[in-house]
Amino acid sequence: MATESATQAPLSAVPDKRGRFGDFGRRYVPETLMFALDELAQAYEDAKKDPAFDERFRDLLRNYVGRPNPLYFAERLTERCGGAKIFFKREDLNLTGAHKINNTIGQALLTMRMRKTRIIAETGAGQHGVATATACARFGFPCVVYMGEEDVRRQKLNVFNMRTMGAEVRPVTTGSRTLRDAINEAMRDWMASVRDTHYIIGSVVGPHPFPMMVRDFQSVIGRETREQSLEMIGRLPDEVIACVGGGSNSAGMFFPFVDDEAVALTGVEAGGRSNEPGEHASTLTYGQPGILHGSYSYVLQDNDGQTSDVHSISAGLDYPGVGPEHSYWKDTGRVDYVSAGDEEALDAFTVMARTEGILPAIETSHAIAYAMKAAAKRSKEEVVVVCLSGRGDKDVNEVARLTGQEM
Amino acid sequence: MSRISDVFDQAAQQARMTFMPFVTAGDPSLQSTSAVLKGLRDADVDLIELGFPYSDPIADGPVIQASYTRALDNDVTVHGILGMMEDLRDAGLPPVLAMVSYAIVFRFGTDAFVARAAEVGFSGLIIPDLPADEASEMSATATKHGLGLVQLIAPTTTSDRTQQILDASSGFVYCVSVAGTTGVRKELPEALIEQLMQLRLMTDLPLAVGFGISGPDQVASLEGVADGVIVGSAIVRLAAEAPSVEAAAAAVRTFSSEMRAAVNGVKPSRRI
Repeated sequence: MATESATQAPLSAVPDKRGRFGDFGRRYVPETLMFALDELAQAYEDAKKDPAFDERFRDLLRNYVGRPNPLYFAERLTERCGGAKIFFKREDLNLTGAHKINNTIGQALLTMRMRKTRIIAETGAGQHGVATATACARFGFPCVVYMGEEDVRRQKLNVFNMRTMGAEVRPVTTGSRTLRDAINEAMRDWMASVRDTHYIIGSVVGPHPFPMMVRDFQSVIGRETREQSLEMIGRLPDEVIACVGGGSNSAGMFFPFVDDEAVALTGVEAGGRSNEPGEHASTLTYGQPGILHGSYSYVLQDNDGQTSDVHSISAGLDYPGVGPEHSYWKDTGRVDYVSAGDEEALDAFTVMARTEGILPAIETSHAIAYAMKAAAKRSKEEVVVVCLSGRGDKDVNEVARLTGQEM
Repeated sequence: MSRISDVFDQAAQQARMTFMPFVTAGDPSLQSTSAVLKGLRDADVDLIELGFPYSDPIADGPVIQASYTRALDNDVTVHGILGMMEDLRDAGLPPVLAMVSYAIVFRFGTDAFVARAAEVGFSGLIIPDLPADEASEMSATATKHGLGLVQLIAPTTTSDRTQQILDASSGFVYCVSVAGTTGVRKELPEALIEQLMQLRLMTDLPLAVGFGISGPDQVASLEGVADGVIVGSAIVRLAAEAPSVEAAAAAVRTFSSEMRAAVNGVKPSRRI
């Protein structure tokens, strides 16, 4: 008789070879792209086994990106909330001002390994576009960034920065003219250019191996946070909080903690104006499992499977899908997903600016809004850590407009 | 015997290739699509590919994507399309294949969708975002309901994937002529001919070439290596530019008659 396996596989033991996180993930893409995905998966597996690749990646993160960034104790915000100690993982201090650069550096190195000569990307708020343009400038790749026309309007600073670094920004005028359509256009470009072009997807979405690979490159966030917690407070935090659009900063933050059952993990989605369809981007809260952008995950769709329009004050969170690993974490109950609305995020932005002297990205402000409530409910001995995924300079025009202030 | 196979077998007996037009369902309305389908029947086309509009079609170029957007803006639904087909059951259409995203099929319910598609008279399914790796369940479901599940082979398909795709395909094999999205192109790449010859050695299934074919001129270059040609964007554009439902049906019919005449003189590949 066969002996029963002694332990269940840990939650971190995903995905499998086919890219499945539980039932989620996989590949639902045209045949034309399958070859490139196989090639990418193979190149990534080879790179993982190559110590020289890891060394080069770490060196760039340290000396170019500026890692490790601090885990910062927000003393005045903690006092104001009157509960658990609030710490911030300072991804906003990275080169380019957000966590996105961790992934683009990793994928640019892979592009070189695959001997491809051109890079394309999509961007929503523009942070991933800037991070891709940065990596391309650093390694000398020609770069095309697809960006929804609506986002080009909302994020002029990032558009200017991308162009300054030599990237071509192509405004996307199809569909909702936001992140989702930018991904469609980037995929179409890739369909025709797949032999010499790598597509640096910016989040833990899309077909396998992207969700796994982007998570791995971003996991430096959670690994550092873990070490810094042990060093600074002598133990792991009680709760770790991050905002979720596609879900890359949260996946990178959560992944090194998923097997630590005592650490509560909370993802904060964009609650928008209300919970009516089209008024929010809370995919995990109000969506259902379906297919979008090449993978099986929670998605906001109508009854016909047509992708729904979404709304958020944040151009980085208004995405109707989410990474498949988040769907897995939701269904296994490992991560709690909540939402914070436009107003709450705007309030948190201002509170953060006035109590800590830090302007957070409006995406991050959603996580901060929830963290302030969560901390208030916890005792002073407890610790919550928030991933401060990006800084807010890019958002000040939009915040000024929404709060009726003159720039 | 499947209606799709019959069509290819008959054409082979007549020593000619087949012609398969693509139209978008509900662009701009289901009435117009219904008229266009009857026009295609009158043009004596061999098979018809009917596209279900989808909000995020990655494989499609600007012309077909715009047609999807027009249809969705006019509130065309999956149930509406299936209902239109049901109304046309006795209209004597050639075999019709549904070109539909897996996002739509999955939301409807895989088995329910296939059952309903068979019931309203579809002969087969083409699901461009369901690669062979994920298609085994779908393939069994299609077989159960008597529908063909046509798989796509791309210029980038590696030789070790090819056999897997051929094994999962039924009805015919959809050979994508270029790496890229759907849309009109002037010339077919040379590597396509080689790939078709290679495929011919590996399967008895008919080989139909699509993506980038726009008119009769390109058909001759496929003589002896393919069994059919698919034209999409060129037809969708004709229908979209027509000033009325009647004009759209007439324009598509005229074009399709020319295509049908063009394939008449072109020998298919040597199957069996």
